[in-house]
Amino acid sequence: MLEGILLTIITAATPLLFASIGELVTERSGVLNLGVEGMMAMGAVIGFAVAHSTGNIALGVVGAILAGMAMAALFGVVTLIFVANQVASGLALTLFGLGLSGLIGDAFVGVPGAGLARVSIPGLSELPVVGLLLRLDPLTYLAVAITTAVSWFLFRMRGGLILRAVGDSHVSAHALGYSVIRVRFMAVLFGGACSGLAGAYLSLVYTPQWTQAMTAGRGWIALALVVFGTWLPGRVAIGALLFGGVSILQLHAQALGVGVPSQFLSALPYLTTVIVLVIISRNRALVRANTPAALGQSFVPDR
Amino acid sequence: MRVELVRRGERSAAMAYLSPLLALLLTLIGGALIVIVWRLSTVDLSNPASGGFFGALQQGFVDYGRFLYVFFIEPLTELWSLEELVAKATPIILVAIGLSLCYLSNTWNIGAEGQIAVGAITGSFLPIFFPDWHGPFMLPAMLILGMLGGMAYAAIPALLKIRFGTNEILTSLMLVYVAQLFLDYLARGPWRNPEGHNFPDSRAFDGGQVLPTLFDTNIRISLIFVFIAAFAAWFLMRWTKMGFQIKVLGQAPRAGAFAGFSQNRMVLMTFLISGALAGLAGICEVAGPVGQLRTSVSPGYGFTAIIVAFLGRLNPIGAIFAGFLLALSYLGGEGAQIALGMSDQTTRVFQGMLLFFVLACDSFIFYRLQIVRTPTLQTGTVTS
Repeated sequence: MLEGILLTIITAATPLLFASIGELVTERSGVLNLGVEGMMAMGAVIGFAVAHSTGNIALGVVGAILAGMAMAALFGVVTLIFVANQVASGLALTLFGLGLSGLIGDAFVGVPGAGLARVSIPGLSELPVVGLLLRLDPLTYLAVAITTAVSWFLFRMRGGLILRAVGDSHVSAHALGYSVIRVRFMAVLFGGACSGLAGAYLSLVYTPQWTQAMTAGRGWIALALVVFGTWLPGRVAIGALLFGGVSILQLHAQALGVGVPSQFLSALPYLTTVIVLVIISRNRALVRANTPAALGQSFVPDR
Repeated sequence: MRVELVRRGERSAAMAYLSPLLALLLTLIGGALIVIVWRLSTVDLSNPASGGFFGALQQGFVDYGRFLYVFFIEPLTELWSLEELVAKATPIILVAIGLSLCYLSNTWNIGAEGQIAVGAITGSFLPIFFPDWHGPFMLPAMLILGMLGGMAYAAIPALLKIRFGTNEILTSLMLVYVAQLFLDYLARGPWRNPEGHNFPDSRAFDGGQVLPTLFDTNIRISLIFVFIAAFAAWFLMRWTKMGFQIKVLGQAPRAGAFAGFSQNRMVLMTFLISGALAGLAGICEVAGPVGQLRTSVSPGYGFTAIIVAFLGRLNPIGAIFAGFLLALSYLGGEGAQIALGMSDQTTRVFQGMLLFFVLACDSFIFYRLQIVRTPTLQTGTVTS
């Protein structure tokens, strides 16, 4: 019972972790991409469509990554090259992504999906607690691996230093000879790829099917998780688990028939997000310490 | 050789008017691509009866012609659809006028969809609890309650931002989901019509509880609110100190702070105004075309209004023109669904694309494209 709940919490946390770790890298480069929800929706529908028509889930995942990157590239062109307002462009990306995924997904409504098998190591996977961590699905391991790699890259590698420099002061980074636009474009693409993965996880693993607007605000919660994690990968991962916990708690409470209307329980993850954002934001020193200083600002090299 | 953006000496007045038109043109081209690709994807190319790739391509162009017709022309050809257009444009423009003020001051209220829902709820309180009250004050009281509801709901993200520094984009958006779920709960639960055969609706409003119509049409007096709101917003921006403060704080926050203008006060004011207008739009829907409280009162008007605000150059008069165009996209989407069997999501695709192109084309107001042949020494500057 407890193990089962833990397993579902991890499953609910994985898409949030994918999306928020990608957005963390994007924001660390100084770009605020509010289009996570739209990129996730496109990842979900393309992932499902490719997996369904080829019968190969791995190809579906690759398709979702490419779809997320294509959406991110669109955002990159508009905000980085045409220096459009990042907040409004991100909203446009979400509206566009939700609409286009609905248009594409129209043919797949009600089609049963395949689902991704969990990893299982005979003997070890039966162990209590430890065994649980050895029988998750491959994408969850990938999410953990990406989080670790991002943490290593940002704080231990030269490329990460450049990325953070661009996000903190694009003028200085530019003066030092780094191509601000190029670094940011790469970071935006990485964010898109991760959001695509998050979407694929929803439509291939979490609920192996496609439904309209199945992302259900998870992209926005992922954005809030980046603030919650004060732009640090480890804290973002903890936040993802916490929110996975809240959404599972809410589902279990509904199943048990707690005397509270189901709509109130469904509102819990969103209310929690607001409350958590308030608690984190109260401590301005904590938030400011790691906030990329140039977040949301456009950059035009003067010639 | 490469293409670069070069800052103009001053903003281009011509581009300020041309860029929305250019954006619309690009959206039409983008729409053509989507319709043609959609047509290709629905055709079984291996079946010779389908005419193969070129047959499908040709059919795609024919479909796009029909698509353009049902999207932009057909809704304007008949009186009832023109009335429908006004009915859809009214809430969108009301909300967009409020959002324009917000965005001008660089404050980001993107939760108008939730404020619409709350305005609908608070405005419906009286007719649901006092169904027999039909006096001349009923409707004004409903409208005021709706505005106060939207205002109060918009005040939450504004106050959280002022007090705790919480990001208003995320909180206002999260509150959309909360408001929609609460509306869903009321319409299915305590506020449901006991004689309504289990439909998730409240009792139908009647008599003095619904907005009167104008000149023998289905157009309601809420259209007049649009013009009042547009005039008030224009007056505010053009002739008052507050309008000046909004502009200064939006364009140069530091200069505004040195001049002693309070950023916090402006966040609260613009959120309250936009919330009140969204609440008004909500109650006007319920007491207008819908006629009762339902699980959902708006098909995304709060989000569409964001596009309208930008397409209208954050200007109340611009919002009226842009509002009618976007209202057309709702009717067009329904038309495309019936005539071509495309998903109702076509509307969203069209709207999202339009906003993208508007934002990209707006760059040409401040920058011009220049083709550079030899790289020169570069120094950096920042724009925000």
